[in-house]
Amino acid sequence: MERILVLTHADDSGAALTKGSLEAVTAGVDLAARLGAELAIGIVAKHASHAAAQVAGAAPRVLAVQGEAFAQARFASDAAACTEICRAAQPTMVLAPESSRFARVMAAVAHRVGGVIDTHITAIGGAEAVEATRWFYRQRIEAVITRDKRPWFLLLDAGTHAAFAGEGPHAQPDEIAIAVELPEMRTQVTGLRAPKLDQQTIRPDAKLLFVAGAGWTKKQPDGNVRVEEAGEIILKFLAASGASLGSSKSLVDQGGEGQSILPFLTHLNQVGQTGSTPRHAKGLATCCHGEEPHVVGWRFIGERRAVSLDANCGWTRGKADVVYVADAFAVMAKVNELLDKAASRS
Amino acid sequence: MPTTLHIVVCAGIVPDPLQTLEPTTDPNGPGIKNEMVLPAVLDPWAASALYEAANFAAKNPGSKVWLVSLGPKAKLQQVMMTVAQKVGFELVPVDGPIGGFPDAHATAAVLADTIAALPGLERTKLLLFGGWESATRGAGVTLQLVGERLGIVNQFQGVDQIDLREDGSFEVLERVEGGKHQVSVCAGAPAVLGWATGNLPEPRNNPQVGMANMRTIMPALQKAKSVALEANGLKYVAVNLPSQQRVTRVEKNLSAEEIAREIVEWMGAE
Repeated sequence: MERILVLTHADDSGAALTKGSLEAVTAGVDLAARLGAELAIGIVAKHASHAAAQVAGAAPRVLAVQGEAFAQARFASDAAACTEICRAAQPTMVLAPESSRFARVMAAVAHRVGGVIDTHITAIGGAEAVEATRWFYRQRIEAVITRDKRPWFLLLDAGTHAAFAGEGPHAQPDEIAIAVELPEMRTQVTGLRAPKLDQQTIRPDAKLLFVAGAGWTKKQPDGNVRVEEAGEIILKFLAASGASLGSSKSLVDQGGEGQSILPFLTHLNQVGQTGSTPRHAKGLATCCHGEEPHVVGWRFIGERRAVSLDANCGWTRGKADVVYVADAFAVMAKVNELLDKAASRS
Repeated sequence: MPTTLHIVVCAGIVPDPLQTLEPTTDPNGPGIKNEMVLPAVLDPWAASALYEAANFAAKNPGSKVWLVSLGPKAKLQQVMMTVAQKVGFELVPVDGPIGGFPDAHATAAVLADTIAALPGLERTKLLLFGGWESATRGAGVTLQLVGERLGIVNQFQGVDQIDLREDGSFEVLERVEGGKHQVSVCAGAPAVLGWATGNLPEPRNNPQVGMANMRTIMPALQKAKSVALEANGLKYVAVNLPSQQRVTRVEKNLSAEEIAREIVEWMGAE
């Protein structure tokens, strides 16, 4: 019989589990029910008690590592904590969120306990054996894999399961404190660095992803380059719509090549082959072309629309739901006007 | 005083991103159709790591850069004709399978053994560089496993910047959720740094650098040891291209105002 451990961690507050952790709990509950397996939950947090309460009803046993050292997302301490939880739980399957914190350490943890790991899992299925779905070649090829070797660690991509929300009263799980002997800490996390609030254009929870392509900085039909105007239109749209901003590699790279750039774009905005593949319900591409390296950035976008001057753009080949052949400057300026009007009415 | 660094960059080779990829399966497992003849490039994020490594080495006299790469010798030679013109390094090739389907644990074991055997490498000066994910397997675990096998307990992933200090310590910026960077200070080497994009542009081709590199690259390729990779129980149940094909409505005759109205309505719809 499989023994499943779901490893979770706290958010920046140090006490509440991250959304990704709660999604992994849901995946663990589902898998344990399907396999008739034992389920335990491991928590790494500064304060584990509140976090443990969040998973009441999910599993009878919670193994927690807590303390000041575990407030920091740091390889040495996190790897030691997760390893000790695994040694205590003796799982055959380990599920965990594909967060930056756990992605940094979980392969090493799998190695320490003699296991194997697969990451970026988007679904867990299989009738007789456990089968995991993941993408290869940057979301261009989808594969279903299985492994005989145990323990088998699976890191689950965000947004692939609903966050666990225990309903009704539940008995508190048995919380077992796990002691961890830490090596010498040669790394100190000193904080987070983020753009100023009004310049923060990456919003993972936004319903809409707005992608700006290199066309915004090219010569327009009137013969002029209108980068400043493009920047104003895009920022105004982001402020009014609450959308997250993505960009193509070519547009971000222009900064390094001494060309006119949109100053608020960084490599963090980049989606596609060498960028991120975010999950949003809707996506609006402007001045992009639809070649495969760009399209991989859209793999997990629900509804897709595009505005492009090129009627033969790659988006017309079955990748977007609607393609508007039009000048994005004119269209987005009108969109901003309409959003302004709607805001002033409400 | 500059810090002397021994930087080992792990970098694979991947199909040029503009190529169409079609999966195939043979008795040895899945692969990419005609992968051996597709144009290949150095893995993009690992290439960022190589350029950053060369930059640090140039600023810290006495430092050295090794490029450890696992792939078929013939493909490695082809890719090195371009990469060798960018920055100076010593190539350490390992002749093995290409592609994203071999097991990451097996790949990491080979790379770790290769690095551990590098003549002249001082572990106390070691910065292990690579891409935080590859463009093939994209698992983000190989470099971490190499570091773990080498006993390195200071590891950073999604790195966009490191600032070396005179005492050998460095500040490192790692990508975290929400478009932010986590800032850490590490006391110094040894450390693993899985690079994201970094801040450096791709260096221009320099034929002189290329000629200097090729003097050591060709003999290294000739001596490259061949390896087979274990599956570690990994089995592929299915390997497919995404089947989703959308029915696209192409609107060529709407005014900007009409389009804007449709977009705003669509944005507001649940």
